[in-house]
Amino acid sequence: MAQFSLPQNSKIDKKAGKHFPAPAGAKNVQTFKIYRFDPDTGANPRMDTYDVDMSTCGPMVLDALIKIKNETDATLTFRRSCREGICGSCAMNIDGTNTLACIKGCDEVKGAVTVYPLPHMPVIKDLVPDMTHFYAQLASIEPWLKTDSPAPTRERLQSEEDRAKIDGLYECILCACCSTSCPSYWWNGDRYLGPAILLQAYRWLVDSRDEATGDRLDALEDPFKLYRCHTIMNCSKTCPKGLNPAKAIGEIKKMMVERTV
Amino acid sequence: MSHQPPKGLPSRPMSPFMLGQYYRFQLTSLLSFVHRLTGIGLSIGTMLLAAWLITLAGGPETYGMFAKHLTAWYGQALLFCWSWALLYHLCNGIRHLGWDIGKGYELKTAYATGYAVVIVSLLLTAAVWAVAYAK
Repeated sequence: MAQFSLPQNSKIDKKAGKHFPAPAGAKNVQTFKIYRFDPDTGANPRMDTYDVDMSTCGPMVLDALIKIKNETDATLTFRRSCREGICGSCAMNIDGTNTLACIKGCDEVKGAVTVYPLPHMPVIKDLVPDMTHFYAQLASIEPWLKTDSPAPTRERLQSEEDRAKIDGLYECILCACCSTSCPSYWWNGDRYLGPAILLQAYRWLVDSRDEATGDRLDALEDPFKLYRCHTIMNCSKTCPKGLNPAKAIGEIKKMMVERTV
Repeated sequence: MSHQPPKGLPSRPMSPFMLGQYYRFQLTSLLSFVHRLTGIGLSIGTMLLAAWLITLAGGPETYGMFAKHLTAWYGQALLFCWSWALLYHLCNGIRHLGWDIGKGYELKTAYATGYAVVIVSLLLTAAVWAVAYAK
């Protein structure tokens, strides 16, 4: 059932936020308002405000987060790894849209930078959401090559045209920016697979080497798994890799129709 | 979707979501939202249509009572909203049909068709009312 407001334990306590001013004499200061939740106390989440001296900070939001953690507040918790937009770890809601902190420039945001965890997810701590359900959904579509024909003596070959069909799909890094930007996923995420997983599903459906297309479509033929997509297109708008999950979902819906006509 | 934390730790909060408040509205999501709202509005509007037919069948006197409200400023305002809702829902419905055949998913196209739907629905509404008032 659609839920429009946060549960009681998730409401942000507006009075509890702390303020960490920039060092005296800092001229180029940018403010970061960051969502904090501490599982050890269990108190409601709060927004902490950090004033960062940008003249001694790297250009990206992730640089600012690391600087805050190193120099101001070591308790700030977030995921990060590659710092170049290929691992998907630092996906979060920055300035009202989901993106990767490592490729979002601080100067792209006018004024204070607000940072929340990926939307509508259980929060483990601060900016770290629990991805268990998302990964379980990925596993449910069996994202690997399935074949019945005997294994050839060499690789399974693909024409250049067939290979081109998975361009724009294989580049997905599973950061979950798209799925957690989708209102349908917020409200039916327990049963709707969401844009990221459906893009993965299409990646295998359209792969000329895969021989389980029929089974894969059968598994998606469900009022919730696929058809909760209403083409809101938050997914395609937010994808930090510039992919188009909405189009992939549209293609799956087309395949569903084509096989019955 | 509530994954429980290890024993002894408090329950996990849900991260903020909601369009507008925590997640920025953008043209595509806004139009989708309005499509739903106009759909709901039109469902309610069918009751007005039924009332119009019932009073019409009831004879000139009952119809006169009903028409009095429809021609008053608030009746006209409601009718104006409904006419736009109908035309918007129609135009955006055509946009959805395009998506159903796999066309118009590129962001640039989706934005262009989005703006087109808003402009065309407003023009059509203006045309309907121009014709209505010309008589």
